[in-house]
Amino acid sequence: MTQWSGYFGLILQGALVTIELTLMGSVLALIMAFLAGLGRLSRFFAIRALATAYIEFFRGTSIFVQLFWAYFVLPFIGISLTPLQAGVLALGLNVGAYAAEVVRGAIQSIGREQYEACIAVNLGRWQAMRHVILPQALLVMLPTFGNNAIELLKATAVVSLISLTDLTFQAQVVRSQTGNTMVPFTTILIIYFALALIISWGVRSLERRMARGLDGVRV
Amino acid sequence: MEWDWNFVWEIMPTLIQGVKITILATLLGSVLAAIVGLAIALARRSPNKALSRTVGFLAEFIRGTPLLVQLYFIFYVLPDIGILLPPLVAGVIGLGLHYGTYTAEVYRAGIDNVPRGQWEAAKACNLNARQTWTNIIMPQAIPPMIPALANYFIAMFKETPLLSAITVLELMNQAKSVANTYYRYVEPMTLVGAFFLVISLFSVVLLRWLERRYGKIER
Repeated sequence: MTQWSGYFGLILQGALVTIELTLMGSVLALIMAFLAGLGRLSRFFAIRALATAYIEFFRGTSIFVQLFWAYFVLPFIGISLTPLQAGVLALGLNVGAYAAEVVRGAIQSIGREQYEACIAVNLGRWQAMRHVILPQALLVMLPTFGNNAIELLKATAVVSLISLTDLTFQAQVVRSQTGNTMVPFTTILIIYFALALIISWGVRSLERRMARGLDGVRV
Repeated sequence: MEWDWNFVWEIMPTLIQGVKITILATLLGSVLAAIVGLAIALARRSPNKALSRTVGFLAEFIRGTPLLVQLYFIFYVLPDIGILLPPLVAGVIGLGLHYGTYTAEVYRAGIDNVPRGQWEAAKACNLNARQTWTNIIMPQAIPPMIPALANYFIAMFKETPLLSAITVLELMNQAKSVANTYYRYVEPMTLVGAFFLVISLFSVVLLRWLERRYGKIER
């Protein structure tokens, strides 16, 4: 009988790498989402064009291609990235582009009267955004951000192909060492699903917390 | 590293072979996803609680786990229990099942959007269940679904590079093999990216047209 406990340790190490990637990718994605999402609503044409180009480019080419590009092509133009850096960069930029559209949509979904009220109380553009629009828009964004985070978690599986030792990579290692395919792959499927459940549960409780005190404000 | 046009023309025929497989996989996967999605949506509406709960959980599970791992599962685990699939078939099944769980949500929203009055009118006219579905509900539910379905088929198209991991000779795999043969990554990887970008930009135009032609469903 094979030594399953040792192999399970390998899989757990992989799970840690997957979690690390998901967290770091999400942070980068969040930053890019707000930069590009607000950029698309900018008054200046140049910023709008730049944000649109970023979003269309990263949504238009697949995550897989972007990852390979970051890992295999960038070294030729003098930028060498470790697999982890390439993974975080590709995942963050890719999911950030999707989330940027969420940011834009949520901000545009805030009613006109809110903007008019901001003008009436003489708030500047930045003050209005910071104190009135964003606190309401964040609540609209949150559920979709949760979905995006799950998409990011699922996309991390791809980094195993650039030799990063995540869950999927470790499952392949276990498969090649034990010759058993069923056990490692079923295990990691369950772990991925559990992680996805944790994300959606976390987002839901965060949403409840943020919605507190806002009863009756939103339609 | 210089961009070499001669090299580009040299590898073009190989890449075009890959493009054909990519498109074939997308088309077959879309057909399968459309069928699987409908089956899931109908099963979840079933009055049989055991059936609707089981299918609902399975769909959640497939949606919460990475496509890459599912492809490995189909390609490496199923042979253990005697089902040996060619890579392309395994890939199409993986794409179809994964995106079927997404299209199921589109069907669900589309069917829910048909007003109650239509169901009641069908009952009042003494139509049986099959007649109600084929003559009343589906003709009204399907047109608004078309843009959302197309959206997922485009997303699926962008995931086809994953099939290279289970040795399907699609575009990404051809690009990787020429890149490894000549040790030149810049041209093949960039061309793959450009190909996906061009198709996606066209598909954005197509989507806008579909939305104008068929309208959008509220989700």
